[in-house]
Amino acid sequence: MSSVDYHSNPGLKARLAARGLDSVTLLVLPAIALLVGLFVYPFLYGLWLSFNPKDGSLLGNYFKFFSDPFLYDTIGTTLKLAVPVTILNLVFAVPVAFRVRLMKNQRLLTTILVLPITLGTVLVAEGMLNYLGPQGWANRIMMLFGIISSPVKLTNNYWGVMLSLVITGFPFTFLLTLSYISGIDPALEQAAATLGAKASARFRHIFLPLLIPGLAITFCLSFVQAYSVFPSAVLLGAPAGPTRVISIAAYQAAFEEYDYSMASAIAMIMGAVQLVVVAFVLQIRNLFYRGPAGGAKG
Amino acid sequence: MAPSLSSFKTLRLDGVSRDFGTVNALRDLTLNIERGEFVALLGPSGCGKSTALNCIAGLLPTSRGAIFLDDQRLDILPTEERGFGMVFQNYALFPHMTVRDNIGFGLKMRGIPKAEAAARVEKAIETVRLGTQAHKLPGQLSGGQQQRVAIARAIVVEPPLVLMDEPLSNLDAKLRLEMRQEIRRIHAGLGSITIYVTHDQDEALSLADRIVVLRDGMIRQVGTPEDLYARPAHLDVAEFMGFRNRIPAKLKTRSGDAVAIDVNGVLLQGIAREEFKGDDVIAAIRPDDLFAGETNEGGIPAVVEAMEYRGRDFFGSARAKDGTELFFRASRRHAPGETVALIADPARLLVYGAAQ
Repeated sequence: MSSVDYHSNPGLKARLAARGLDSVTLLVLPAIALLVGLFVYPFLYGLWLSFNPKDGSLLGNYFKFFSDPFLYDTIGTTLKLAVPVTILNLVFAVPVAFRVRLMKNQRLLTTILVLPITLGTVLVAEGMLNYLGPQGWANRIMMLFGIISSPVKLTNNYWGVMLSLVITGFPFTFLLTLSYISGIDPALEQAAATLGAKASARFRHIFLPLLIPGLAITFCLSFVQAYSVFPSAVLLGAPAGPTRVISIAAYQAAFEEYDYSMASAIAMIMGAVQLVVVAFVLQIRNLFYRGPAGGAKG
Repeated sequence: MAPSLSSFKTLRLDGVSRDFGTVNALRDLTLNIERGEFVALLGPSGCGKSTALNCIAGLLPTSRGAIFLDDQRLDILPTEERGFGMVFQNYALFPHMTVRDNIGFGLKMRGIPKAEAAARVEKAIETVRLGTQAHKLPGQLSGGQQQRVAIARAIVVEPPLVLMDEPLSNLDAKLRLEMRQEIRRIHAGLGSITIYVTHDQDEALSLADRIVVLRDGMIRQVGTPEDLYARPAHLDVAEFMGFRNRIPAKLKTRSGDAVAIDVNGVLLQGIAREEFKGDDVIAAIRPDDLFAGETNEGGIPAVVEAMEYRGRDFFGSARAKDGTELFFRASRRHAPGETVALIADPARLLVYGAAQ
């Protein structure tokens, strides 16, 4: 009589499967290869490069960056653009998303709003140069109605870059915000109303606390996008002065001075600044409720 | 200001209607409800019962009609000024607030002083027996506990009217029975009006003082649970109230409400529930009132198809000669294929006109 031993330990395959490792796990390999090849390796290479400057010292690039105002001022210049732009986008996106959430035909509006993303920053910048320039429609219409007497300078300065960042960044911010707002169970608002909460109280006590974690994430993603501004800062701004953002400094180091090591150091500093801001915002987010925004356990 | 509990006597719904495009989801709901009454709106899904509740709560605007609390017209007020308590089907608890804050929300919105509000919240927590859970977030509670929080949150403001939208439908069977008694107890303690929406006839029968049966947005019958259980006014109400057997028959004689009908050649006695146009009628009877006898006398002959043990007795399905499916009660297990004679209780056999 042949008997199967039921009591011995399960085989290696079964033990791996119990830990979530089976042949399906192999499907993540292409993604891992891509991630390592296109992100992890270039990042580590850049990090290594930044510590191997022309003068041979370990921290030469970093000393150079933080001792030259022409270089270290770019951090502040970029923050001065990216932070207000991100806040402005959020301030615009929340009320619009609140209205759109109730609309039946969301798709048309969403399509219109997504178009600027597909156009790309360069095309938007070119269009704005014409539209907002001294002879552009914006100035001509304002002059026609007597709001201004001579053309206002809206391009090749801080405001031109800021406007273009708002225009290209808004759809992204809006779509993220809309998805977070739509994720809040409408019954919660109804419940608050039956308990006597007026619209403003419903926003303050129900929507806002449930929305803040999502808005924090939206802020981070929008901020990172705005902080790495390059084309519009060059095309619409004053790249030698008020809109000399950090990516321009990195570009100049790499392709005008051919100092890749310095360019890598600037890129690392840029990443570090973004990381600090993101970490700060996420820390604030931790103070709020972050669970599901549905009414029931689900 | 929101109406207070102390003064009102009657809630009056006067022709409340709601259209969605060309669809009349609710037509002419007219009803007077006295203080202290527990009213169930009962009907299959899509009958307009939830629409009615949302119209009363102000979550849906009415298309026509008016809602009065005594002399005060309420349907023109926004939800937050009506001052009704509502228990939602999915509870709609605020996930970022503790149990205590959820329950206290309505008091906070009404500007009740903190000390008084805290005392009332504690009392409500006690009423729904949630003492040890007060500091938790809703996500940490079981379904039954969430249900209690939702009820406490609605009643702590002492509303003149509590609206409940299928509040037990997400609970398991045992908890549902328990919560029924809780809801009835809380209603009695509050002394206000409760309007309770459900599709479950057992729930409506056990909870309500008065049941309003809705169908296609219209009232089909209003009555006490006893009325509806024993004397449904229409065939569709009867079916909904558990008269599962619909037996086509010919009318033989009628004197007053007492009728004699012919089912496949067998003469049966029953009670007429409406006027008939011809002699084609439908006899309706609950499975519990159709009994498989031991002899073949006076019963409807039918071939047993399946039997089911219920503990105290058996429940069976059988097919009559003309193909009508019959559900019946039996004292023993009959074999499938066996012919039985099904005897109807004449007092429980209700006869309706066949022309629908």
